Amino acid sequence: METILSQAFMISLLSATLRLATPIIFAALGEIFTERSGILNLGVEGIMLMGAFAGFWGAYETGNLWLGVLLGMVVGGLMGLLMGFMSVTLRVDQVISGMGIYFLGLGLSSFLYRIAFGIRTVPPTIEGFGETPLPLLSRIPILGPILFRQGIPVYAAMVLVPLSVILLYRTTLGLKIRAAGENPRAADTLGVNVFLVRYLCVILGGVLVGLGGVVLSTAHLKMFWENMTIGRGFIAVAIVYFGKWHPYRTFAGALLFGGAYALQLWFQALGAPVPHQLLLMLPYILTIAVLAMVARGAKGPAALGTPYKRGEA
Amino acid sequence: MKFLRLKLEEQPTPSVPMRVLAPILAVAMALAVSIALIVLAGASPLVAYASLFKGAFGSVASLAETIAKATPLMLVGLGITISFRCRVWNIGGEGQLIMGAIIATWMGIALGRMPALLLLPSIVALGFVAGALWGAMAGVLKAKLEVNEVIVTIMMNYVAIYGLNYLVRGPLRDPTIAGGFPQSPRIAPSAELPRLISATRLHAGVLIALLGAILVYVFLFRTPLGYEVRAVGANPRAACYGGISVMRSIVLAMSLSGGLAGIAGVGEICGLHYRLLDGISTGYGYTGIVVALLGKLHPFGVILAALFFGAMVVGMEAMQRTIGTPFALVLAIEGLVVLFMLSGEVLTRYRIRRV
Amino acid sequence: MKPEQGFSLREAKAGAAVVEMRGITKRFPGVVANDRIDFEVRAGEVHALLGENGAGKTTLMNVLYGLYQPDEGEIFVHGQKAALKSPRDAIGLGIGMVHQHFMLIPPLTVTENVILGLRSSKEPFLDTNQAEKRIADLSKRYGLKVDPQAQIWQLSVGEQQRVEIIKALYRGADILILDEPTSVLTPPEVRELFVVLQRMAEEGKAVIFITHKLHEVMSVSHRVTVLRDGKAVSTVETGKTDEKELARMMVGREVLFRLTKKPVPKGDIVLQVEDLETLSDRGLPALKCLSFSVRQGEILGIAGVAGNGQKELAEVITGLRKATQGRVIIGGREMTDRSPGEIIEQGVSYIPEERLEVGLIMDFSVAENTILETRRRPPFSDGWFLPSSKTWFLNPQAIKRHAEDLISDYDVKTPSKDVPVKQLSGGNLQRLILARELSRQPKLLIAAQPTRGLDVGATEYIHSRLIKQRERGTAILLISEDLDEVLSLGDRIAVMYEGEIVGIVSGEEAEVEEIGLMMAGAKRMNMESQCSGGAK
Repeated sequence: METILSQAFMISLLSATLRLATPIIFAALGEIFTERSGILNLGVEGIMLMGAFAGFWGAYETGNLWLGVLLGMVVGGLMGLLMGFMSVTLRVDQVISGMGIYFLGLGLSSFLYRIAFGIRTVPPTIEGFGETPLPLLSRIPILGPILFRQGIPVYAAMVLVPLSVILLYRTTLGLKIRAAGENPRAADTLGVNVFLVRYLCVILGGVLVGLGGVVLSTAHLKMFWENMTIGRGFIAVAIVYFGKWHPYRTFAGALLFGGAYALQLWFQALGAPVPHQLLLMLPYILTIAVLAMVARGAKGPAALGTPYKRGEA
Repeated sequence: MKFLRLKLEEQPTPSVPMRVLAPILAVAMALAVSIALIVLAGASPLVAYASLFKGAFGSVASLAETIAKATPLMLVGLGITISFRCRVWNIGGEGQLIMGAIIATWMGIALGRMPALLLLPSIVALGFVAGALWGAMAGVLKAKLEVNEVIVTIMMNYVAIYGLNYLVRGPLRDPTIAGGFPQSPRIAPSAELPRLISATRLHAGVLIALLGAILVYVFLFRTPLGYEVRAVGANPRAACYGGISVMRSIVLAMSLSGGLAGIAGVGEICGLHYRLLDGISTGYGYTGIVVALLGKLHPFGVILAALFFGAMVVGMEAMQRTIGTPFALVLAIEGLVVLFMLSGEVLTRYRIRRV
Repeated sequence: MKPEQGFSLREAKAGAAVVEMRGITKRFPGVVANDRIDFEVRAGEVHALLGENGAGKTTLMNVLYGLYQPDEGEIFVHGQKAALKSPRDAIGLGIGMVHQHFMLIPPLTVTENVILGLRSSKEPFLDTNQAEKRIADLSKRYGLKVDPQAQIWQLSVGEQQRVEIIKALYRGADILILDEPTSVLTPPEVRELFVVLQRMAEEGKAVIFITHKLHEVMSVSHRVTVLRDGKAVSTVETGKTDEKELARMMVGREVLFRLTKKPVPKGDIVLQVEDLETLSDRGLPALKCLSFSVRQGEILGIAGVAGNGQKELAEVITGLRKATQGRVIIGGREMTDRSPGEIIEQGVSYIPEERLEVGLIMDFSVAENTILETRRRPPFSDGWFLPSSKTWFLNPQAIKRHAEDLISDYDVKTPSKDVPVKQLSGGNLQRLILARELSRQPKLLIAAQPTRGLDVGATEYIHSRLIKQRERGTAILLISEDLDEVLSLGDRIAVMYEGEIVGIVSGEEAEVEEIGLMMAGAKRMNMESQCSGGAK
């Protein structure tokens, strides 16, 4: 029992928290952009799965990890484009189209995986992203191993968070995005191309979500299987609410969930007397609790989920 | 579309032929895309679809299987119809079905000595209650705290799945099976739903489903409570103005919705498998959504759509057996149907005019 | 209202035409909003575009601003033919528009709202410092005081309008369109606005001023174009016409300004409001220590500029909003903070301000809408699951009969009782709501903006029905921004300003001047009931 509270344990736990949170961070950042522009994309889970498959398959077939990453980004972007077409051009109900994209992504990723790899006794794996400790920085006591002895995806996530803040709050494009999500009519009258902005955001969102999936299959688990995200995409959406659509707060929320996953793995490894299924439930129950606490206050972009049509009186 | 000297002009109401055609077209488009995927899988579309048809309709046994597979879809679809009509997005069919299945199993084992005439209706009733409670939780969260029900119901699906996982490996595991295979003991014969055609798997659950369709129709269109549920879905502000309790309608819709899914779970245990297993719900909760949408949220349409998807499921299983096309294709098709249905609805709102 | 003092007689300028619209036609499903309209504006003038609601003024200007594309016709700006496919094009040509419903983004700052959509000097990054400086300059030059760093939701309505004007000027607009700018301002703010417009005209800008208020046209414009039913009736020099002539052009016939009302004996008090207080959606006080009463057979008109708490008052009385203090007593019963259902049971009917969003369910049929409040009552049903009820079901025959009765009694034009209500025109929608609400023979009727946006015929019909209801003994609370309506219908008139009742006068003695001052907050009457200050 002494080992539970030792420094080594804490460092290992925090490091795992950051690492496990990373796919969710990517997905949540992507969803922030999408929702800030006014589109509610509930198909994140499906896009993440497609990204996971594409990344894995690309890396496996070409032997080049980065080509896998690129493929995952492209596939995510394409699915974002599809969502954009449904939401911006056709202006259909975003909740239902999100579900459609979820089913499509779930089914298509499983289908393509089976076709590509068939049924094998030993599932294919790749080497994926290993640890890339940063020189010097990783030697800092305590913080070093947690922050700087991670894989490249983790570093990318940590950089993307402040970059997102800059994009949203300090650039003309960011201003347009925020305007499109709050009052698209007003933005339109000022010459902002709301349709273009929303397409851009939902595609960018798709790319980031796809990246989240790629990270899952190439960095974490180094393989792919059906429905491997098991709800992480939806958790990412919940985290965006929790973080009130701001990258820093969302990052904190993602860490919370990373922590839940990490704890769960640890209890299992320690052979704790709790049935592991109950531990597996933890992130999901946590999500519900978080939403219940936060939902009343969270208002979000005023035009979220409402399609924009010119010429409405 | 100026260059074609055509333009899309909006119409206030969709033309009637388009409204009927839209679901059919959506399905056709989705199947067309699936053909491309089948080719990608290295199979011939003709052979693939032939085996699908044969699997679903080829014999009395296949037809029975199709209807048996359609039964839970009918029930879940009916439940989702109620909730979607209230604009409450119940994506939790999986979990609610599992809850009903768990109760059915427990009662079927523990109360096996009761006579069937007493036991079966009790199981159906309590299965309904179990699913209703599971759904009501999300309903209350939405009504009182404005929590997004999509995420909550999906989270509860996972909780239910892991719960099921735990039960069939622990408290409800059948100790007599060698190798510790995760399944429960068989339910007592008095808890079994009678088979309608011997040597097939078609069970009385389908009768419950058909009865359910009639009840749901009456509820939605012929009772004040159903009116209130629909009004809240169509315009919650006006409903509130008219003196309708929006909160109560939301919780009611989620409860009824969950309850019907719970009965679907009862049907799977008492009519089909006779014991609890992992994967008792193979995506019925999600397919039920597509069934409800395809049936245009009308009870009778839902029955037809459920039969269609029952055929798809049985047919795809046959396809996987004979030519090895992965079963996951069904899910992809479902997604495509949803997307094409939505697109179709848009097109029914427009008319093409010469400029 | 008399024209504002202080403006010298203006002559129509002989300046160059900066905007010419020729033969503009714009159609929407079921209506021709603009029918071959010719319209031109010159530099250095304030040109009023006058017409009733629905005459096509806003549509025409939306075409000029690039929000709509005309089906026929041409537009010339500064002599060049212009293809205005979007507001971007219009802005590029120097056209700016201040909309009736502000196009501002509440969580963003003034500066962010102003520079939205513009290229920054530090692309891709925003340059808020430079922008703030320019805004301060414009602010001083035209007398538009505003704090560049404030967030929009913190500003008053008048300040928000100034932001809108600065937005247009910042983009170099020399043609400024204002759509009903005074509908949300108090009289002093209106005067300030007119000074601003005057200054712009003097600087050579062209100002187009959309309004339906005759006195504004007379106060501030050089020329006026009158639209009626989508057509341009005529363009005249303001100095050479008067209100009566303009009114005739606007309406096409002599306008009756007062309705005849029979004296009706006033009965018991039906609605008593005591020291009522509540908060607005933003959490600011909307009603402060409000007290009044309405008797049987009486119409109490509540006058006031929009945004002074009228909406919140109607919502508190009908149970759609919670009060923070005070009481609402209906028919002698305490009805504060009860649910809308309970209040409806007390015999209260409500014609809401937002007809489409609140008063009707667009996707439901006409028949289904008629039973919105009465779905649980006989003969439509006998309640729900109580063991004592005879039926759990809706009675289709009773519903059918009721719907058909209402449709014929109130002359609602609809293809049938089963069509979705969204197919009906605005006037018929209002008739349907009126029919439904009045057919319950209410003890108390709350009517909020009952004739907003309706044509003269529909308005007259609704007024006559309200008067008939008054003769039947219903107590009516009429809340309206249309002072003429309140004056002609009200037995007593109460004026609301910033959440308080600043005066109650009897209908016969009411003087427009005095009421105008009260509406602007410039005058208060001594009201008997002071706030008790205690909790409920």
